Amino acid sequence: MTGSAARAAIAVRMTGIQKRFGAVAANADVNLTVLAGTVHGLVGENGAGKSTLMSVLYGFYQADSGNIEVFGRPAIIRNADDAIALGIGMVHQHFMLVDSLTAMENVMLGAEPHWLLRRAESQVRSKLETLMQSTGLHVALDALVSELPVGDRQRLEILKALYRGARVLILDEPTAVLTPQETEQLFGVLRVLREQGTTILLITHKLKEVMRLCDQVTVMRAGCVVQEMPIAQASIEGLAEAMVGRKVQMGRLQDDVLSLGDVLLQASHVTVRDAMNVVRLDDVNLNLRGGEIVGVAGVSGNGQSELLDVLSGLLAPIEGELLLCGQRFSAAKWLDPRAARSWGLAHVPEDRHARAMVMDFAAWESAVLGYEALPEYASGGWMKHAAMLQGTATMMERFDVRPRDPALLSRSFSGGNQQKLVLARELGQLPKVLLVGQPTRGVDIGAIEFIYAQLRAMRDAGCAVLVVSSELDEILALSTRVIVMNQGRVAGELPIEDCTEASLGLLMVGGVA
Amino acid sequence: MNTSYAMPRWADLVLLPLVCLAVALLAAGGVVALVGQHPVEVISVLVHGAFGSARGLSYTLYYATTFVFTGLAVAVAFHGGLFNIGGEGQAILGGLGTGLVALWFSAFLPSWLMLPLMVVSGALFGMAWAVVPGYLQAYRGSHVVITTIMFNFIASTLLVYVLVNHLRPAGAMSVESVAFSESAKLPGMHEALAWLGVAWPASPLNLSVVLAALAALGVYLFLWRTRAGYRLRAVGSSPSAAEYAGIRTRHQVVLGMAVSGALAGMVGMNEIAGVHGKLLLEFVSGAGFTGIAVALMGRNHPVGIVFASILFGALFQGGAEVAFEVRGFSRDMVVMLQGFIVLFSGAMVYVIAPLVARGLNLAGRCLRQTGARHG
Repeated sequence: MTGSAARAAIAVRMTGIQKRFGAVAANADVNLTVLAGTVHGLVGENGAGKSTLMSVLYGFYQADSGNIEVFGRPAIIRNADDAIALGIGMVHQHFMLVDSLTAMENVMLGAEPHWLLRRAESQVRSKLETLMQSTGLHVALDALVSELPVGDRQRLEILKALYRGARVLILDEPTAVLTPQETEQLFGVLRVLREQGTTILLITHKLKEVMRLCDQVTVMRAGCVVQEMPIAQASIEGLAEAMVGRKVQMGRLQDDVLSLGDVLLQASHVTVRDAMNVVRLDDVNLNLRGGEIVGVAGVSGNGQSELLDVLSGLLAPIEGELLLCGQRFSAAKWLDPRAARSWGLAHVPEDRHARAMVMDFAAWESAVLGYEALPEYASGGWMKHAAMLQGTATMMERFDVRPRDPALLSRSFSGGNQQKLVLARELGQLPKVLLVGQPTRGVDIGAIEFIYAQLRAMRDAGCAVLVVSSELDEILALSTRVIVMNQGRVAGELPIEDCTEASLGLLMVGGVA
Repeated sequence: MNTSYAMPRWADLVLLPLVCLAVALLAAGGVVALVGQHPVEVISVLVHGAFGSARGLSYTLYYATTFVFTGLAVAVAFHGGLFNIGGEGQAILGGLGTGLVALWFSAFLPSWLMLPLMVVSGALFGMAWAVVPGYLQAYRGSHVVITTIMFNFIASTLLVYVLVNHLRPAGAMSVESVAFSESAKLPGMHEALAWLGVAWPASPLNLSVVLAALAALGVYLFLWRTRAGYRLRAVGSSPSAAEYAGIRTRHQVVLGMAVSGALAGMVGMNEIAGVHGKLLLEFVSGAGFTGIAVALMGRNHPVGIVFASILFGALFQGGAEVAFEVRGFSRDMVVMLQGFIVLFSGAMVYVIAPLVARGLNLAGRCLRQTGARHG
């Protein structure tokens, strides 16, 4: 690190942080030292305790024991107001913005400098304009937040934190919703902020980004810090191993020898309009063959969700035709989810909480959702509890769902284990066509490896697999062919050999590869 | 439900309602003391009046029977994500259905045919009255809370209209029908027990208490053992997940309301067939609304609802005793006590639950420490 001597001041020092939730130690004696004016990466699997640690720093939780020092002074942080007063700002993964207010009103909200709104606005505006000039964070101040693209919303969140005097900025998974280009822009801004002396704490699971941006990295596992080192000494493989506790294989496998089967799903000229009559899918054509994994890339909200919904029968198009395993469906008589299942289509939905499971059901009840009419689970209108419990136990065993307790509420499982149970349910009926939305959203690295292996096994068994993901790495690791969506259209289709982050990213924002 | 607190299941189902009840009694006792009465005396008169004698117990169970029907009605709809405020109207219509077949056929049909017919007719009438709001919610988007409230008003005026203009015997002053023939009379519990050779004092308690117990069992089986119940609960907990599963959510909304209305419609068996033996006004008298409190207190589970119904039955019966025995203590004070119970077990449960959870935690820790010391 250049100039480290001049920056040796310590922005945040957390020592001996303990935080328990019931029997679980979310943080067990954690020490973290963040040097002022650096970008400090904090990585770890879900449940490793990094969010808890940051919540303690930002005042959401009080640690059971331990000390915090901010810029050399002992600090007691009881709530977010205390944190802000100490110069700590946080940008959450899910933005905390009011959609119906303008960008500037959002910045001002709760920190109005004058009781007369007009005075307050002019003061805030001049201050913000200076801030935007110096940092390069440009946002249209008078636009409604609901009209701003995701990247702008994120810049607005950062601006909001800086406006409130943040000298330490905590960013929670900032690139989860960004395109590669937007990510590049964000990193440019973060580098400028670092030059100006802002300290940045970056929570992420994308190790590539840690390597590119951070000066220092801390790895957490199971509530403890397992590694802390300058970035020069770190490697992606080493960090992944430290996070999971064993070697992991994440990337593309080399031994992919494929045998393509028949076309199992063929969608032609599918057009979908939403309730506001806005076109969501525009003349989409798609073929899926047995034995291939087709990846669907795109910036969130460009029709990928609608594509999954329309192919699984949750949404009816206004135009188009579908051929599913030899069965023809027209827009006038579209398939419904029940028919889709009966023709051999399984769907792992994007939104695990709203769709894939009933969170208030026990695991053994969620484990038959959509298949509750199968003779193995029900006869004559009565549910077979013993068979359901037995089936769930088998699923949990095969897919290594932890804890192996079918009676536990669905919501009590971690994201990765919920996803494994959903996959177990959907793969259990040996589908011919498998639609998967965000296969590893909120899932730990260890489980990601397992899920990838399951999807590849389905492909090898002759299943036609469609994977929608906002993670380019995931698309690149799994797919045999990639479709890029932009504004409801198929913007391009590339064989995996021609895919690079740059070529896909360009297609995603509407360019030509 | 938002469960930011964690406690074992037994505590959630048993301890928490008991704590809520205790807090409600304490608060009510405070008010009783404020008006210059002796809280302990009032409570002991109440408990003795409700459970102290065979006759008192019979009255308690008679009131409870009606609350079981309306409480179950609210619970079934609730599991389907619907707030059925229309138990009152559905019970009125159910009574009308029960009464009409009794008036038409009781003269020439025997009991063994008449009574089942009255049950079915009451359930169908109640069902029909609930299906309309259900349909409007599912297919037209009119909120079921609004429509069921409106249907309560329509039901009570409809009953008045039918009684005054069609069923009242010519020249009679009171607004009621002629008495049913004997075959339409559900035997009282004292009669039924007399057949078995058990002496039991006469009371309004009748065989519909058995029907209520069967209904509670049936609701349990329906919700947790049948596929239709599974689908209804899926729709109630997560409509979007149900849709994903291929469950026709609109059908389930109508089905949930239908079952709910049928349960409320059986109130007529207790009041019309079991007690009065004729169709009259005001036989529901708020039981449809009490059913909401009963379902809340019973955590929407049939077992809980049976216990909550007995509690509310005891408050009705014991309260009447108190108003009779204790000077200066009016029936309104009993209504206040009910109000406290609804408040603490319904609305304040989210305040009390974290405290109970914390208390349990503390107790558990103490136990473990003493255990460790001894071990």
